[in-house]
Amino acid sequence: MPEQDRELARYRRRRRMTRIGLYVVALVTMAVIVVPLVFSVLGGFRSSQQLSADPVGLPNPWIWENYEMLLRSGDFWRQVWNSTLIAMLTTLVVIPAASMAAFVLARYEFRGRELVYGLFTIGLLFPVAVAILPLFIVLRQVGLLSNPLGVALPQAAFALPISIVIMRPFFRAIPQSLQDAARIDGCGPLRFYWHVMLPLSRPVLSTIAVITIVGSWNAFLLPLLVLIDPDQHTLPIGVNNVSAQFSTDYSVVLAYTTLSMIPALLFYALAERQIIGGLTSGAVKE
Amino acid sequence: MALDPTASAHSRLGRIRWTTIVLFLLPALALYALFLLYPIVQSIRYSLYDWNGFGPLQEFVGLDNFRDVFADERFRSALTHNLIIVVLSLVLQLPAALALALLLNSKIKGRAAMRTIFFAPYVLSEVVTGVVWRQILRPNGLLDQSLEGVGLGGWTQGWLSDPDVVLYSIFFIVSWKYFGFHMILMLAGLQQIPEELLEAAQIDGATAWEQFRYVKLPLLMPTVRVSLFLSVIGALQLFDMVWVTTKGGPIGASSTMSTYLYDRFRDSRFGFASAVSIVIFGLSLVVALFYQRFALRRDLEGAGPGA
Repeated sequence: MPEQDRELARYRRRRRMTRIGLYVVALVTMAVIVVPLVFSVLGGFRSSQQLSADPVGLPNPWIWENYEMLLRSGDFWRQVWNSTLIAMLTTLVVIPAASMAAFVLARYEFRGRELVYGLFTIGLLFPVAVAILPLFIVLRQVGLLSNPLGVALPQAAFALPISIVIMRPFFRAIPQSLQDAARIDGCGPLRFYWHVMLPLSRPVLSTIAVITIVGSWNAFLLPLLVLIDPDQHTLPIGVNNVSAQFSTDYSVVLAYTTLSMIPALLFYALAERQIIGGLTSGAVKE
Repeated sequence: MALDPTASAHSRLGRIRWTTIVLFLLPALALYALFLLYPIVQSIRYSLYDWNGFGPLQEFVGLDNFRDVFADERFRSALTHNLIIVVLSLVLQLPAALALALLLNSKIKGRAAMRTIFFAPYVLSEVVTGVVWRQILRPNGLLDQSLEGVGLGGWTQGWLSDPDVVLYSIFFIVSWKYFGFHMILMLAGLQQIPEELLEAAQIDGATAWEQFRYVKLPLLMPTVRVSLFLSVIGALQLFDMVWVTTKGGPIGASSTMSTYLYDRFRDSRFGFASAVSIVIFGLSLVVALFYQRFALRRDLEGAGPGA
């Protein structure tokens, strides 16, 4: 019996050590994620001299001028609005276009279906940065430079592949008997799509919306090239400009960066379930 | 047969069906064709010409641009940098993501909060991430001063200015932003492993390592492969983060194929730059086909959690 007790005690001690090890790993990772964010928030409350002399501790004294100046300047709010507008336009184009295509690709048997689907998946391999040059020329030809639609429409096009890839299996999973019953009741494809499919698909639609909004909100290169007029600039361009313009005034740069993080993090806090759920269902199912 | 009423009803139904299919596909296809397929086709066309972006395409040069791309020392070093990032992602980022997914899948306290925090960088833009890290890593910045503060002053580096170090710094920043994404994928895969399997393994006396090696890992392979694929493609196409932090410098030490492409674009070498974009696309396509051929089919046939 004492032999067994000792065995058990050793086992428990080893388990406790493992647990402590796990918590240490978790805490270190957490610190690596959180420290840069806190550094950015606090950095905005320092003067640039403070930031150079002692970037580690709390600001002393706390400087409110950076945030105040940026919030008063109007640029920030205009850029928030521009980013929001473009994100909404992009989403309003992607959701109907992708869901209609995914509906047909999921629920109709027809020749060339897999070819069309394959065509859409090719887009996954062609990011905006690689296609930017001919895309720029197309936008110049159709007169969409310096126009929010010149960002929103291409972004919608580039968001189609992932949206269709995520939506198709979801649409497939809705029972065929439902569609048959609807047809017997004289419900055409358009009405079935609108009155049955879309309402049943709200989770996947909100996932696509959230992914599209995040992608659009963070986009850099396309808006940079298309939106020539500074009044049309979005937040990432604003952050990039401020960091170039105030290249020695680090605290202003950090204040602006912090301000531009807030909407994204707020949105994440509200939509975490859709973001994480959508990404996993899309990548794991297909 | 022509008199058979059901036949004509059938063909009418068929027509309605095709009309439906075409109408529903039309918006997406139109958008896709104009802003994605047409630019790809144009890229292929431009890549065969010596063209500065203005005036007509006149100087047809065949595949010379492609030859010149591969002959250019700067392109080859950019490609090498992409490959280094690919390798680092596979040997460091993915195992770390897997380890953290296992951690969050255990009965550790506060795992919901941890999941939220670990994933948060993914929603921040490349620009924001890059600018913050540039501030942290600049000479005598937060990192250097922290190291000095704990007596490790000798470890300070030109994190973003030393050609020997910069690529690894960028890899770290990219991992900071993206490991949470891979972690979430693997966590989802782990959560689909039936509890009974693990219980059975436990009853048979399998150690934690054996449970991982012989139960969890095999069942997780489809997810790991998805993660691997996305990671490789992402590393081959890396652009925004490099552009925001170093623009590919110093002296090209952190250039990638995409920053190389963008530099040629800004030099107005449109034909040549198009050839570069086709090369990047081609490499991604090879990876995708390879994945489809060897991984996807097996994953769909097997009854793994990802199928």
